[in-house]
Amino acid sequence: MAATAKPIAPATHEEHAESRQHLMLDPRPRGEMNAMVMESMHTTSWKFWGIAFLLGIVVLVCLFLAWGYMISEGLGVAGVNRPAYWGIFLVNTVFWIGISHAGTFVSALLRVFKAEFRRPFTRAAELMTTFGLIQAGLSIFMHMGRVWLSYWLAPYPNARGLWPNFHSPLAWDFLAINTYLLASTMYLFLPLIPDLAMARDRSTGWRKVVYRVLALGFRGTEGEWAHLRTAMNIFAFAILPVMFSVHTIVAWDFAAASRPGWSSTIFGPYFVVGALHSGVAAVAMVLVVVRGTMKNMKYFIRAEHFDAIGKLMLVISMGWAYFFFNDYLVQWYGGDHWTHTLLAWHESGPLAWIWGLMLVCNVAVPWFLLWNRKIRSRPGWMFVIGLLINVGMWCERYVIIPISLTINRMPFTWQSYRPGIEIVLGIGTLAFFILLYMLASRLVPLVPVWEVQEGQMAHSLRKFGRKTVVSVSELE
Amino acid sequence: MSNPLEEVGHKWGMVIDQDLCTGCQACVTACAMENNIAFVGEQDAAYGRSLQWIRVERFWEGEFPEVKSTPFQPVLCQQCGQAPCEPVCPVYASVHSENQQINIQVYNRCVGTRYCANNCPYQARVFNWRDYREPGPLDNALNPDVTVRRRGIMEKCTFCVQRIVQGEDTARAEGRQMADGEVVPACAQACPTEAIVFGRLDDPDSLVSRLKRDGRAVQLLEELGTQPSVTYLKGGSSYGRNG
Repeated sequence: MAATAKPIAPATHEEHAESRQHLMLDPRPRGEMNAMVMESMHTTSWKFWGIAFLLGIVVLVCLFLAWGYMISEGLGVAGVNRPAYWGIFLVNTVFWIGISHAGTFVSALLRVFKAEFRRPFTRAAELMTTFGLIQAGLSIFMHMGRVWLSYWLAPYPNARGLWPNFHSPLAWDFLAINTYLLASTMYLFLPLIPDLAMARDRSTGWRKVVYRVLALGFRGTEGEWAHLRTAMNIFAFAILPVMFSVHTIVAWDFAAASRPGWSSTIFGPYFVVGALHSGVAAVAMVLVVVRGTMKNMKYFIRAEHFDAIGKLMLVISMGWAYFFFNDYLVQWYGGDHWTHTLLAWHESGPLAWIWGLMLVCNVAVPWFLLWNRKIRSRPGWMFVIGLLINVGMWCERYVIIPISLTINRMPFTWQSYRPGIEIVLGIGTLAFFILLYMLASRLVPLVPVWEVQEGQMAHSLRKFGRKTVVSVSELE
Repeated sequence: MSNPLEEVGHKWGMVIDQDLCTGCQACVTACAMENNIAFVGEQDAAYGRSLQWIRVERFWEGEFPEVKSTPFQPVLCQQCGQAPCEPVCPVYASVHSENQQINIQVYNRCVGTRYCANNCPYQARVFNWRDYREPGPLDNALNPDVTVRRRGIMEKCTFCVQRIVQGEDTARAEGRQMADGEVVPACAQACPTEAIVFGRLDDPDSLVSRLKRDGRAVQLLEELGTQPSVTYLKGGSSYGRNG
């Protein structure tokens, strides 16, 4: 006998209450949901403006004033020296590029694999990509000795007939990061168009003007949706290799150099996994803040989403541990004298606590805590775990860059690295990231409304024998 | 005999006899005077920011007072044939000179990524962390043949390329071959024990070529395959030190 499947209301009241815990099974009318998102975007408190003002001052002082001072004085005001020619600037660059991986990973990869839990927070993650890349770009320009000539890295026709040196991993890096910034900004913009059109239809004044321009005249006809879907599909697939290549190329900056501890063939995938580790953890942190501070967000972002992100963090943490162990074992087994010296310096040098903190935060914390569904479902816990993972990943980059640079093949030049103004500048980039995110949260719909609505339309409860099961129909 | 006027391209090289070196630092001083190397001050120097193009490395074994010192090791840019600093520069500021077969740092082109310095296994490159001004009347002693570098760029030993070019020009103008020992960099000129010998490696009869064939000859970090132009002599007799 063929099983007949037809949408019916759940049999019992308890079952109904349980299914309502899932956003996809707890639909609200389209108009109401639109109004909720518009309200979250319009609501600000004096706390919001107070924090934004303070962050603005921090950005002004710690980023622009401090940077200007460093440009006029030279890099001597920072802590870089011989042999630690690269310091926290590059640590921050790699860190922010790592953060920026979250957006693409959460949005594009989960979209491609049709993971339904992604729907309410793809935009929140995509914004992190763009804003994170801005900080990465700033950090790498800070690090340059003559930043006012940085345009020489770009391939442009000039009177000298000189091109950038395409043998240099830094030239690859420059192109890769720019490609990623452009592609991820476009990828942020495409799914935003229907929401901008929604916002255009529901706002007045200057907002209406801005949204009208940005929405590109989107009216929601079948033809427009068909084009938009095709474009988003192409971008979702195309941006994934870009994402993987960017951090691989960042890893090649180190792996291609002839230095103990750096010339490791596994650095490419190791860095990609590390980027995802910090990036997904940062998405969890941002979602906790968004959920806690913005209006109506408790409807969109629920325990099930933290649960799903927590599982992802646990898997990525295991992946990171695998690559770390692999890198470590092969370097140690290689038996090179300088590599052994370097590994000993990591583990038992004066900064061994950073190495230890890295392992505790990146491996021990997620492994011991994220097994537990209760912990995964609690935003407070997820914020703390996300923060610790990001601390651990920052430590990892600190170990790879300034601590490893201390040891080279000329022991006479060994010298410890003491950070200077780069700490202030690092705080500046962090404040700039948060400030941009805060402003964006009130300027663009942080929840992709159409995507949530689409998911809710696709989900239904069906009776299969005595069981009630969730059915997802293919809309796309 | 080939026409000396058309002859371009020599391979210059250096031999440093560590058994002769007394560690007197005369080479360091002479290099600073010849090449307009700025004084960075005590604080920056102690923090690994001194701009010396040549440094005299000194090591010892054991605990005081039972220390046994190893031969002094003057280290300068090894002017590698396969230089790790060259491919990594994104703007071609670190390039190979065809005429002298040395590594050239183009100061005007350098944007200060410091990748070359990270990749130099000899740590021979130094960076201008600040604008170091010459104190007092010392700015009158600057060598007009050498560029004064500003903040934010990398610099390193050039084998006193200004002297090489001058020697080549003089010989060409006089229509003759360069004699061995005609071009002497500042460090070799100042060395009181003549531990530093400079000359053409493409001339098999030059002093530097003959010394390079000595049984004591070694090269720094030979295993990396950088093909250095500097050869060290050590392990023979020791003059007055360490018994």
